[in-house]
Amino acid sequence: MNIFVLMKRTFDTEEKIVIQNGKVSEEGAEFIINPYDEYAIEEAIQVRDKHGGEVTVVTVGNEDAEKELRTALAMGADKAVLINIEDDVEDGDQYTTAKVLAEYLKDKEADLILAGNVAIDGGSGQVGPRVAELLGIPYVTTITKLEIDGTNVKVVRDVEGDEEIIETSLPLLVTAQQGLNEPRYPSLPGIMKAKKKPLEELELDDLDLDEDDVEAKTKTIEIFLPPKKEAGKILQGDIADQVKELVSLLHTEAKVI
Amino acid sequence: MNFELTKEQQMIKEMVRDFAEKEIKPHAAEWDETAAFPIETFKKMGELGLLGIPFPEEYGGSGGDTISYAIAVEEIGRACGGTGLSYAAAISLGASPIYYFGTEEQKQKWLVPMAKGETLGAFGLTEPNAGSDAGGTRTRAVLDGDEYVINGEKCWITNAGYARQVIVTAVTGKDENGKNIISAIIVPTDAPGFTINCNYDKMGVRASNTCELVLEDVRVPKENLLGDPKKGFKQFLYTLDGGRISIAALAVGIAQAAFEKALQYSKERMQFGQSISKFQAIQFKLADMAMQIELARNMVYKAAWLKDNNKPFTKEASFAKLFASEMGFQICNQAIQIHGGYGYMKEYEVERHLRDIKLMEIGEGTSEVQRIVIARQLGC
Ligand SMILES: Cc1cc2nc3c(=O)[nH]c(=O)nc-3n(C[C@H](O)[C@H](O)[C@H](O)COP(=O)(O)OP(=O)(O)OC[C@H]3O[C@@H](n4cnc5c(N)ncnc54)[C@H](O)[C@@H]3O)c2cc1C
Ligand SMILES: Cc1cc2nc3c(=O)[nH]c(=O)nc-3n(C[C@H](O)[C@H](O)[C@H](O)COP(=O)(O)OP(=O)(O)OC[C@H]3O[C@@H](n4cnc5c(N)ncnc54)[C@H](O)[C@@H]3O)c2cc1C
Repeated sequence: MNIFVLMKRTFDTEEKIVIQNGKVSEEGAEFIINPYDEYAIEEAIQVRDKHGGEVTVVTVGNEDAEKELRTALAMGADKAVLINIEDDVEDGDQYTTAKVLAEYLKDKEADLILAGNVAIDGGSGQVGPRVAELLGIPYVTTITKLEIDGTNVKVVRDVEGDEEIIETSLPLLVTAQQGLNEPRYPSLPGIMKAKKKPLEELELDDLDLDEDDVEAKTKTIEIFLPPKKEAGKILQGDIADQVKELVSLLHTEAKVI
Repeated sequence: MNFELTKEQQMIKEMVRDFAEKEIKPHAAEWDETAAFPIETFKKMGELGLLGIPFPEEYGGSGGDTISYAIAVEEIGRACGGTGLSYAAAISLGASPIYYFGTEEQKQKWLVPMAKGETLGAFGLTEPNAGSDAGGTRTRAVLDGDEYVINGEKCWITNAGYARQVIVTAVTGKDENGKNIISAIIVPTDAPGFTINCNYDKMGVRASNTCELVLEDVRVPKENLLGDPKKGFKQFLYTLDGGRISIAALAVGIAQAAFEKALQYSKERMQFGQSISKFQAIQFKLADMAMQIELARNMVYKAAWLKDNNKPFTKEASFAKLFASEMGFQICNQAIQIHGGYGYMKEYEVERHLRDIKLMEIGEGTSEVQRIVIARQLGC
């Protein structure tokens, strides 16, 4: 089975976000594999181990993503592809990423493509579905279970805490939700072997794409942090007075009623 | 010169940190309280190849370098000092001597399962009356036909209670000057006459297994002799040189944990209307801590690098071990100080770091012995 994983290098979720000159500052920040993409990688490895084939992890980004790709190889992926758009694209968006990925994937005859349900930085959840649309294959998002039998696929999908069971067929794109599996730690032999596994680096040119083809469809107007959490207010006095005050505060201060 | 870790070293650091944060740190306080050796965690570490980092693949290892190994010790020690000690001892004392000095058969039989993480090994040098003065070893091994018959006692032997075999040092004869010849012999822990008691009530590193060994007419085949029969003493000096790098890395890891807690606490603790991290007295402490940890870590990496490049590293390993353990003790002490009364309480988990790190000034050569080693290297 020809399996591809779409992976993004993101901020560590535990990092404090600092905004500098209208942008999220990356200085000194720790970067990781997007946690939802880790589920996708783990699932891809499990599917390959069960049904045979090959797992290729693809990322759109810059050279720094090599470490995350090598980590995916250390977990057990077979090949990695870095599509380096740093020199060609200034402000990409989900359209840019999806277009680049689809262009790369269109002649690869992928049976199964796995992605994270959402990247924890941008949080749009769009790249997976957009790639499937562009490739003209079915997709199922936020999956928590995947069963493959020949070309028939049974998927369990998380719908706001409920489960939806979907039957579909390969080729297919799915996006991984927490609960799909427990991603493995890359083992030491895995880490040592990862440096010998193939890591291909491509640029837009290699995909016959121009900057114009992948130009962002959206513009970021402003980036700002949420307001600081204020200290809570503790009401005092008779219960009856407290209730009155609370109702009035909900009207006038919080303006939720 | 290049101060950057390789991609593999960075990946190992991240992987071990991730593992230690999830699988070790949440249990460290409990293991300290109950003095429980985390054997299940060692099995998981074995499956991930952590127990075979510095050994080549042909011997079941991961083919990593000493720097990677030191990084792993630091990260495990950052989560739990006791687990870190047992981890470091398993590799540096249990497995390494067989890798350095063993015959091919001995490596296949004893090293391969250790490197794969299937078994643990221990190293028994210290005796009730021979600590720093290891030359004063009293345990004796007498050749009787094809077997050595061993009698003696060892104390404070790490991991012996979970080990498949212990490398025991013993006097096997006298040289031409009438001095004792000390050899190292691989003794299976299930050999008749071999008693292992692990009942010490320790101040720190309580998750680490520490045992007393009693050998009464223990018989092992002659081929269990490790390396050169006449050079047992030199061999364990070399073994300890390597081990010191890992003890230094462990001290760095424990100090790092204490520092991180102190830094965070100082930002949260409000006194006199501001966080105590705004007081210069506290800032200077934190600045010194960060500096000393970084210096110690650099010394650890340098000693490890020298070893990896087959250059002499005895002096640098002692520098690293001595500096890291002494600065680490100060840092853990200051971390408690910054926590005030809270730091004196077990709940805040900084007092454990002080109890754990104290061992680093004693094990694998006391601070005084490190100074002796360094002075000797200086030609004194
Ligand atoms: C938790 C733990 C785990 C251990 N694990 C192992 C293990 O796995 N294998 C093993 O073989 N051993 C192990 N040891 C033993 C350890 O290596 C010894 O404790 C250490 O070498 C010191 O020996 P000692 O305790 O006999 O102290 P001593 O040698 O009696 O030293 C007492 C004091 O005298 C000082 N001193 C001694 N000689 C001199 C000198 N010439 N000049 C100046 N000062 C001197 C020392 O520095 C020290 O301050 C372990 C110990 C502990 C506590
Ligand atoms: C076992 C025990 C018994 C105790 N018994 C009693 C008792 O019987 N009665 C009682 O009242 N209390 C008692 N205490 C409390 C003890 O007096 C306090 O712990 C001590 O005064 C320190 O206060 P703190 O712990 O809140 O630390 P903090 O005041 O929060 O100090 C934290 C750190 O900040 C530093 N710091 C604070 N302010 C400044 C500043 N302006 N400039 C520079 N550095 C600063 C401190 O020196 C310390 O290093 C006891 C504590 C313990 C642990």
